[in-house]
Amino acid sequence: MENLLQQLVNGVAWGSIYALVALGYTMVYGVLKLINFAHGEVYMVGAMTGFYTARALGLANRPSGLGLAATLLAAMATCAALGATIERVAYRPLRHAPRLAPLITAIGVSLLLQNTGQLVLGADPKFFPPLLASHEMLRVGSLAVSNIQLTVLATALALMAGLELVVMRTRVGRAMRAVSQDAPAAALMGVPVDRIIQLTFVLGSALAGAAGILVGLSNPKIDPLMGLMPGLKAFVAAVLGGIGSIPGAMVGGLLLGVVETLVAGYLSSTYRDAIAFVILIAILLYRPTGLFGSAQPEKV
Amino acid sequence: MRCSRGGGMRRSALGAALFGLALLACGPDKGGSGAAGGAGKDPIRVGHFASLTGDTATFGQSTDRGIRMAVAELNAAGGVLGRPIEVITEDDRSVTEEARSAAQKLIQRDRVVALLGEVASSRSLAAAPEAQRAGVPMISPASTNPRVTEVGDDIFRTCFIDPFQGAVMARFAHDDLKAKRVAILFDFKQDYSVGLADFFRKTFKALGGEVVADERYTSGDIEFRAQLTTIRGAAPDAIFVPGYYTEVGLIAKQARELGITVPLLGGDGWDSEKTLEIGGPAVEGDYFSTHYAADSDDPHVQEFVKRYQEQNKQVPDAMAALGYDAARILADALARAGSTDGPALRKALASTQDFAGVTGRITIDEQRNAVKDAVVLKIQDGRFRYHRTVSAK
Repeated sequence: MENLLQQLVNGVAWGSIYALVALGYTMVYGVLKLINFAHGEVYMVGAMTGFYTARALGLANRPSGLGLAATLLAAMATCAALGATIERVAYRPLRHAPRLAPLITAIGVSLLLQNTGQLVLGADPKFFPPLLASHEMLRVGSLAVSNIQLTVLATALALMAGLELVVMRTRVGRAMRAVSQDAPAAALMGVPVDRIIQLTFVLGSALAGAAGILVGLSNPKIDPLMGLMPGLKAFVAAVLGGIGSIPGAMVGGLLLGVVETLVAGYLSSTYRDAIAFVILIAILLYRPTGLFGSAQPEKV
Repeated sequence: MRCSRGGGMRRSALGAALFGLALLACGPDKGGSGAAGGAGKDPIRVGHFASLTGDTATFGQSTDRGIRMAVAELNAAGGVLGRPIEVITEDDRSVTEEARSAAQKLIQRDRVVALLGEVASSRSLAAAPEAQRAGVPMISPASTNPRVTEVGDDIFRTCFIDPFQGAVMARFAHDDLKAKRVAILFDFKQDYSVGLADFFRKTFKALGGEVVADERYTSGDIEFRAQLTTIRGAAPDAIFVPGYYTEVGLIAKQARELGITVPLLGGDGWDSEKTLEIGGPAVEGDYFSTHYAADSDDPHVQEFVKRYQEQNKQVPDAMAALGYDAARILADALARAGSTDGPALRKALASTQDFAGVTGRITIDEQRNAVKDAVVLKIQDGRFRYHRTVSAK
């Protein structure tokens, strides 16, 4: 029983990272109907930014909450800028092209970032400095929850709550929802569609940057290709939740993390990576709209 | 980008200064040329395929440093057969398939007389058929999986093999740690890790112990908490983690976070400064078997450690020592063979007897493996410390 609880804690902490990345996929899909395959690389850039920021600030041997916050902000800011740039340079010129063109461009951007990362930063894995000294926060029987897991979870939940606030309670959020429902109509109502799309990239990328820091905190090995697998998994999480749906991405991410952990813990870790794609296939076959998505009639 | 492909630069024998410049120009630890001495004579070309970058980068880098140090010393003493030795290093980026193509390049493009490499058994296994087919003797300095030398009679190694290493750690867990119940967490994508786990499991059971959890992971994984939670539930007295240092450091960290306090045990895949860097306090009190101890009081070892430290500003790990020994055994065999001809060299290598290396006295047996002692190191105060020697007999 305690083991199962522990696995759930592990799974939720791991899944919260997927959830943060999945949000970026789903938001961009919401406004552009584009799967931004470069999103996993934005997450990688977030982790790398954190690594170099922590080094520049000399935080490697002085774990502190303040240092962590500074690193987190730096990564989010860098990724936000990167997201805006990618949108402006790679996707906006293709706004009215057939949908396949931006999709292929997204794969191109992804490869560009992966290989630039290897060229500039080196292919070697880097080891994220311990920004928090790890210790036990909670112990019930053998159930142990470390401060790191709690920090990851709390930060992820806080960011998701913040996003929910922005999207549901602000003018910008309302504009985003309007663009996502019907971009031409939103434009006619005076919504600056290009700016709102760019802002969507900014928000989604900042969350991916935060996910990069959180993964560096709890699983401190980073490299230029680290975004590939989590990127695909987060995409699966977004589809699982219902692509385009913000609560769906959160639930999908957490669920995927828990399922992966349970599979690795009780079945075999051999199937850990496979399970995500089995889920993807099952969802596409039986419930293409995902858990929270609603079927929309095709607009002609 | 690999610097070693810079054509003329790589092939020239311009000596240490230019070599240093070349290294600077392409960042640290990427290939280059390294022949000096015996100028004017055609050098004997030796290929080294190694993981200079990637997940196990320190293995390739250390081995290369060890080899180059040995070759520089040999060349300073007049080379072999009156000719200098030139080492050509090809990076395989720690990727199994690239090891094969790196070996191919060295054989076909560079026409090397012998190959040195790899550390990881999967990569040695990928390259060995190429060497065997071309009739170019290959010496793996550090691959411990038995299958490596079974590829053919051109494949040698200068280290002990996993049945021995696995048994050493199983006995150590049983006799020294008094463990009755152990858990195993191994990397099922690496022949090395699978083999070592296998021999450990067999020996530990034969000694009357119990394997209470048998979990696996994949190279490149970063999240191990699920497997570790299962292991924690089985309440073992020790956990055997026969992986490579990158994952080992992460595993140790996550194990301690989950409140697992029993010692972790490992094999020579742990032997890298990076284990300490990544694991930090989490690997304190853990043990692993390896090929030599840098803090041994053997004067031969101390002399090697001192010279290596002068040149590289770091304590040589086992891979550096094995690289050094492998290069010297090759040179010794070349001298005895009297030629660089494949069959003659193979025969000379096979008859290597009681060679005094820094990793012990090396005799090549009929299966082309080295018969050697193993040492167990303990991680204490952020350092590897000699714990005990286990004899090969």
